[in-house]
Amino acid sequence: MDMAVVELGRLQFALTAMYHFLFVPLTLGLSFLLVIMESIYVMTGREIWRTITRFWGKLFGINFVLGVATGITMEFEFGTNWAYYAHYVGDIFGAPLAIEGLMAFFLEATFVGLMFFGWDRLSKVAHLAVTFLVALGSNLSALWILIANGWMQNPVGARFNPETMRMEVTDFYSVLFNPVAQAKFVHTVSAGYVAASVFVMGVSAWYLLKGKWTNVARRSMMVASAFGLAASLSVVVLGDESGYALTDNQKMKLAAIEAMWHTEEAPAGLSIFGIPDLEAQKTHYEVKIPYVLGLISTRSLTGEVMGINELVLKADERIRSGIIAYDAVEKLKVNRTDMAAREQFERHKADLGYAMLLKRHVADPRAATDQQIMQAAKDTIPNVPVMFWLFRIMAGLGFFFIAFFAMAFWCASACQFNKRWFLKIAVAIMPLPWIAIEFGWMLAEIGRQPWAVEGVLPTFLAASSLTMGQIWATIIGFTLLYGALALIEVRLMIAMIRKGPVEHHEPAPAASGSSYADRGYTAMPAE
Amino acid sequence: MEIPLDYETLRVIWWGLMGTLLIGFALTDGYDLGVAALMPFIGKTDEERRMAINAIAPHWEGHQVWFILGGGAIFAAWPFVYAVSFSGFYLAMFLVLAALILRPVAFKYRSKHADPAWRARWDWALFIGGFVPALVFGVAVGNVLQGVPFRLDSDLRSFYEGSLIGLFSPFAVMAGLLSLAMIVMHGAGFLSVKIEQGPVLERARRIGSIAAIASVILFAAGGLWVANGAMGFRLEGAVDPSGPSNPLLVKAVAAPGAWLDNYARHPLLALAPLLGLAGPLLALVGIRSRNHVLNLAGSSLATVGIIATVGLSMFPFILPSSIDPQSSLTAWNASSSHLTLWIMLLVTLIFLPIVLAYTAWVMKVLFGRIGLRDVRTNPDFY
Repeated sequence: MDMAVVELGRLQFALTAMYHFLFVPLTLGLSFLLVIMESIYVMTGREIWRTITRFWGKLFGINFVLGVATGITMEFEFGTNWAYYAHYVGDIFGAPLAIEGLMAFFLEATFVGLMFFGWDRLSKVAHLAVTFLVALGSNLSALWILIANGWMQNPVGARFNPETMRMEVTDFYSVLFNPVAQAKFVHTVSAGYVAASVFVMGVSAWYLLKGKWTNVARRSMMVASAFGLAASLSVVVLGDESGYALTDNQKMKLAAIEAMWHTEEAPAGLSIFGIPDLEAQKTHYEVKIPYVLGLISTRSLTGEVMGINELVLKADERIRSGIIAYDAVEKLKVNRTDMAAREQFERHKADLGYAMLLKRHVADPRAATDQQIMQAAKDTIPNVPVMFWLFRIMAGLGFFFIAFFAMAFWCASACQFNKRWFLKIAVAIMPLPWIAIEFGWMLAEIGRQPWAVEGVLPTFLAASSLTMGQIWATIIGFTLLYGALALIEVRLMIAMIRKGPVEHHEPAPAASGSSYADRGYTAMPAE
Repeated sequence: MEIPLDYETLRVIWWGLMGTLLIGFALTDGYDLGVAALMPFIGKTDEERRMAINAIAPHWEGHQVWFILGGGAIFAAWPFVYAVSFSGFYLAMFLVLAALILRPVAFKYRSKHADPAWRARWDWALFIGGFVPALVFGVAVGNVLQGVPFRLDSDLRSFYEGSLIGLFSPFAVMAGLLSLAMIVMHGAGFLSVKIEQGPVLERARRIGSIAAIASVILFAAGGLWVANGAMGFRLEGAVDPSGPSNPLLVKAVAAPGAWLDNYARHPLLALAPLLGLAGPLLALVGIRSRNHVLNLAGSSLATVGIIATVGLSMFPFILPSSIDPQSSLTAWNASSSHLTLWIMLLVTLIFLPIVLAYTAWVMKVLFGRIGLRDVRTNPDFY
């Protein structure tokens, strides 16, 4: 494999995925905020809540459309840029994507049209139900995508089939109820709720600072501060750390996040600051809180958190075992009925993926030297300083949001959102949830390296056989297209926010000489 | 777990479901694409164009899911097909994607400013968003019929040896034009039931009849080309329809004329091409007699007939290889595992009827012709 092609493919996937995920969190959270606002309208019957719902609904719409449009790219990229991945794990990975379309995406996309166009055609309760179905659809959609992503981090319920040279599903329920996927789902949608709450708080605070639309702004802030407080607690408490004890790669991810070079005595401490040094395998100026890491990651006082060096030694062993599995697969390619090879494969199949790590250093893993095996084992260490800092910034922001919403919640009753310093903070922090969310994804996916699927398929083998020219063409194309759309979207959002929640009906045209009736338009009875 | 249906049956069912999804996409999103491709021609004034836009605006999002689901279902049920075709048609895929991204954005953002230059730009974006996918889908199908230049190595990694320009062979371009004509005919057919009487409806009728005539001619010409050109592939030797999904275990060869084999074996299958010819004619009759429902029914039947013809002619082939027929993907060697096909079938049987039910309900709620009055007074309209 040409590593430059692989790296470029990763860059494109990262760009398009991170761009897509600028819009998704707002969709996830704002849809439920709309449900809450419209519920209040239905229950109280007060027009102001209809205005509020329709206003945030318009902003929701501008955002939703780009989320949908850029989501198509994601679904296609597995085929266009990661064709060997698509072949190798499509038997398992394709299913959640297809179910997402069938169960969730159809729901949100079909009802979102009715949500915008059905105000005058539906009863209040029916319209509320439609809004709810949009929220349900978008959140279910996140569930299936995270089941797919969770499987990449913890590939349960599948085995390699030498006859078809790919992974095949053995137990669909364990794919579905993958603990990593469940944790990721709660963590990710909660993060979306935080982002939407911060967005509503920020826009409303701006109105209050300007003294415009204060009735709408205060009420919106009430809803957002309560929703945001619950969400910010959930995103931290139900963070996805619980999955970090499950697989070797997840353990490595945790060790990298903590820059923990050697296994510590249980329960391990959590460092809150330090400068990781790759050369010396040390973390300088480390500040540690004792016991906390062991507690969080193993949920016990005795569970051991493994260090990077010990995990590398373990990878070395697994690579050696994997070579035996690889040898068996090559024999089975020549003779499908070779029983000895099949038995050899069965004994070592769990480590087959580890042997493939060697393909970066040697064409045939069976010819690898000890030195190459050690090199491949060291490839299992992700980028430690990057992981270390991404996590600290993300987690720090998570705690900050709890403090912010606690303050907002208190302010709602104590000061009716009259404090200008608070309003200024609310406007200023609007970008922060997006930073935390993007960093969270980078953490999860950089931490998964060198694997596309943990222990099963290295990233560098997963790519399509493309040329640099092809990938550059699409990267430049996507950058231009996405860049232009981002500019337009932000300008429209700002224009819409400036305009505010006006409910204006254009007057019906007065009959005049050039009216359309004269040009041949006649009302037509319905057929 | 005991699976009640055997592997062969499930493969045939999933071959049919893949066709159903593609037809579902062409029937629903097809008219959105058609209307979008007509945008610069169908309305002379902004209000006339807004009538056309708002005829499809509440539905396109749902319809587009047919396409996304089609991609997802091919990924889940035919991972080889997904991997080889998406990476092989790499730049063409990007063109379709870019066009499809442009389209929803154009719908939504066009109405946000009244500036005519702003709106004219988005009209062209809409045109591209309809025209490019309609053409490229047909070009892709034309290439599939001729065979695609890819080969698989012993790890089943695929290598594609064609280029973007190479996709536009004369036959493929003709297939692209047929797809464009069919989709435009369908879009015009939909507008004729959705728009109140007036200049826009008249234009839709005029463009619709041209597109219907073009569809018949191009489809008939394509059929003759397939029958007499050097096209077709055949499986050789013992074929195990329940065998493992590994193309290298089955022998396939190029066999000019083989795309007609299935009709010789099962003459009833000829109903599909007949429908493909009769549909546009029916639409034409509908247009002439101002029977708009007949017009839309004709364009829908044409869509079903034309797409079914391609699938039935090639069965069991899905993606034949022109440079290494041995690597060809067929219904017997390119599917997911037995268990995955079964689980996905269960999921589909549960959810597809639900999807159809609520799609129909939404259509019913929003039923009725759109006129100038709506465009002028409804604050929710684009």
